[in-house]
Amino acid sequence: MTHPPVASNPGPKVRVVTLKIDDHDVGARETDSILEIAHANGIRIPALCYLDGLSTWGACRLCMVEIEGVSKPVSACSTTASEGMKITTNSERLKRYRRMILELLFAERNHVCSVCVSNGHCELQDLAAECGMDHVRVPYRNATYNIDSSHDLFRVDHNRCVVCTRCVRVCDEIEGAHTWDVMGRGVNCQVITDLNQPWGDSQSCTSCGKCVQVCPTGALVKKGTAAGEMEKHDDFVPYLAQMRKRQ
Amino acid sequence: MGRTIKIDPVSRIEGHAHITLHLDDAGNIDDAKFHLTQFRGFEKFCEGRPFPEMPALTARTCGICPVSHLVASSKACDHLLSVTIPPTAANLRRVMNLAQLIQSHALSYFHLSSADLLLGMDADPKSRNLFGLLKVDPQLAKDGIRLRQIGQTIIEMLGGKKIHPGWMVPGGVSGPLSEESRTTMLAMIPEGLDIAGRTFESFKDLIGKFPEEIDHFGNFPTMFLSLITPTGGLEHYDGFFRIKDAEGKIVQDRVPLEECQRIIGEAVEPYSYMKFPYYLPMGYPDGIYRVGPLARLNNCDFCGTKQADQALDEFRALQHDRPVSSSFHFHFARLVEIIFGLERMKELLESPHILDTRVRARARGNNDEGIGVAEAPRGTLIHHYKTDDEGLITWANLIIATGHNNLAMNRGIKQAAEYFVDGNDLQEGMLNRVEAVIRCYDPCLSCASHAFGQMPLRIELHDCQGNVVDQIVREG
Ligand code: SF4
Ligand code: SF4
Ligand code: FES
Ligand SMILES: [Fe+2]
Repeated sequence: MTHPPVASNPGPKVRVVTLKIDDHDVGARETDSILEIAHANGIRIPALCYLDGLSTWGACRLCMVEIEGVSKPVSACSTTASEGMKITTNSERLKRYRRMILELLFAERNHVCSVCVSNGHCELQDLAAECGMDHVRVPYRNATYNIDSSHDLFRVDHNRCVVCTRCVRVCDEIEGAHTWDVMGRGVNCQVITDLNQPWGDSQSCTSCGKCVQVCPTGALVKKGTAAGEMEKHDDFVPYLAQMRKRQ
Repeated sequence: MGRTIKIDPVSRIEGHAHITLHLDDAGNIDDAKFHLTQFRGFEKFCEGRPFPEMPALTARTCGICPVSHLVASSKACDHLLSVTIPPTAANLRRVMNLAQLIQSHALSYFHLSSADLLLGMDADPKSRNLFGLLKVDPQLAKDGIRLRQIGQTIIEMLGGKKIHPGWMVPGGVSGPLSEESRTTMLAMIPEGLDIAGRTFESFKDLIGKFPEEIDHFGNFPTMFLSLITPTGGLEHYDGFFRIKDAEGKIVQDRVPLEECQRIIGEAVEPYSYMKFPYYLPMGYPDGIYRVGPLARLNNCDFCGTKQADQALDEFRALQHDRPVSSSFHFHFARLVEIIFGLERMKELLESPHILDTRVRARARGNNDEGIGVAEAPRGTLIHHYKTDDEGLITWANLIIATGHNNLAMNRGIKQAAEYFVDGNDLQEGMLNRVEAVIRCYDPCLSCASHAFGQMPLRIELHDCQGNVVDQIVREG
């Protein structure tokens, strides 16, 4: 990845702004994203592709919020604060849009949670529950994506991938290996290792497992895990990101 | 004019099927067939999936017997890993398997079959069910519910869930047993044994009323296939295959479970989606055998627990000189197995190492072919997988307990139909008897077709051109 972290890298002279999120008066640095400000103030905004410590991607659109005077919703993770903003995080319209996005994610690939290794520890599943997505109104595509089980320790099951690119970013920005990248468009878009070679043959992969830990779903998993056994821990990311900055 | 009677769907069994009875010109039974009309092709879904997902995936074959699939699948995966799992893990799996046996047998006997036995085969079908049973023998109905609950509770305590527990995994189980759970489980067993004992006694009084059914409910010579312990005892989790013939002669003994393909072949027939396994060396359909409680008790030399062994003596007394041949006695065998299950579970839970925390062996796929065999409540269940070098399933075959009995069920309904059905004067009670034969086997069609299904019943009479001339319909 070439672009630096957008929102979380304050320069030397940052101004402080005041704004309103859901009727809470909050103060923040003008370089902070709405999502960061909300989370720092205990206001929950659903998010999927965003991960604290990684660059902002702005792909999933689940974090969208409304700003007074702006007709279209904006993504909270990639929009910085400005003085006097009035933000709504949870209007009926936003709820409807979020449910729709989740339905499309579930319908695009194969998410059969009950037999998934990530069942019970999955961010996508949790988001569905949080946003009240209890059924899918669009037809399932029932397409078959491939599974690459060639790596000694890990496996990627593209059937469960939501193309959030967290794996791509953590591998590039934190581990420095840049094994992962993105290929294709639309429903054919998928993450690849090296030049679309089997993960097990990758020359760049250091087998650190960071991508597995940040993957929000059952797409990247440790081998040998049975249904519901894949628990992930991504709290190392902000810490490592801080350490990188100090150097 | 030749005619066909169709019983569709067959009621009070697990799944969806129908029976056709073909009559000749004189109105006598010419042939009878049991048709399974649904198909899901579960094995196909599994292709391409990583093998550690198989226990949870195949458990979804069925909402009635998920535990049996978990056991067979986990064992097939152990085989893929090439590990010997910790003994405590094996014993905990045994406990869950027995809990499943108890709850399933209780469901079959109390909820599905006892109405026929208590109210009579000719009773009004509107009251010939669990609710009718509650009126005439509330204690028996309550006992059935409680016994089932004991089995379900134990499954839930081990697996965290009643229906689809995900606790059995390749290499063992995902967590050890707590002292507290053990105490709770053990505390339920005496009550279970009381219920099992008194049900067994009352059943023995009932069977005198059914001499004709005993003689004609699938009463014919077949072989029997089941697992046995290395010393010939009753076994539900591991051990070896044994096959006995109708005279009681042992045809195959101590066959290692991985060698199932040497003794079992599978045939298909155009009229049913259920496959027809047969004893390979004898060919199809001569290699007919039965599995399940009747086969297990006929095959074993002993049960190995006190009360069950006494009950086994009484079972043997049903037919002195040879294995018990009437499928009616599946009910008898089921009640003996409930007693055994409770006693054996007590032994296992009281064994010194059952609380050990080492309950899982870790390994990667070391074999590219795995076979897992266990006794499900309905009979021997076989999971057979092949994987590629990376552990993805390339081929899967499930030989389902109910399937093994397919040939025998077909022969059984023919025998009952020949004896009980008069094609010129069709009575509901006649057809109920034909259905009751099927219920003796307690088939799980959800498993057998690997298909979802719920059921009610229709019986049709067809003439030789296939036109419906009469029918009886009832809701499930
Ligand atoms: S990745 Fe998450 S949402 Fe998809 S099947 Fe697995 S648990 Fe369900
Ligand atoms: S593999 Fe996981 S982390 Fe990578 S893009 Fe897919 S869902 Fe995101
Ligand atoms: S979290 Fe903001 S677009 Fe994904
Ligand atoms: Fe079943």
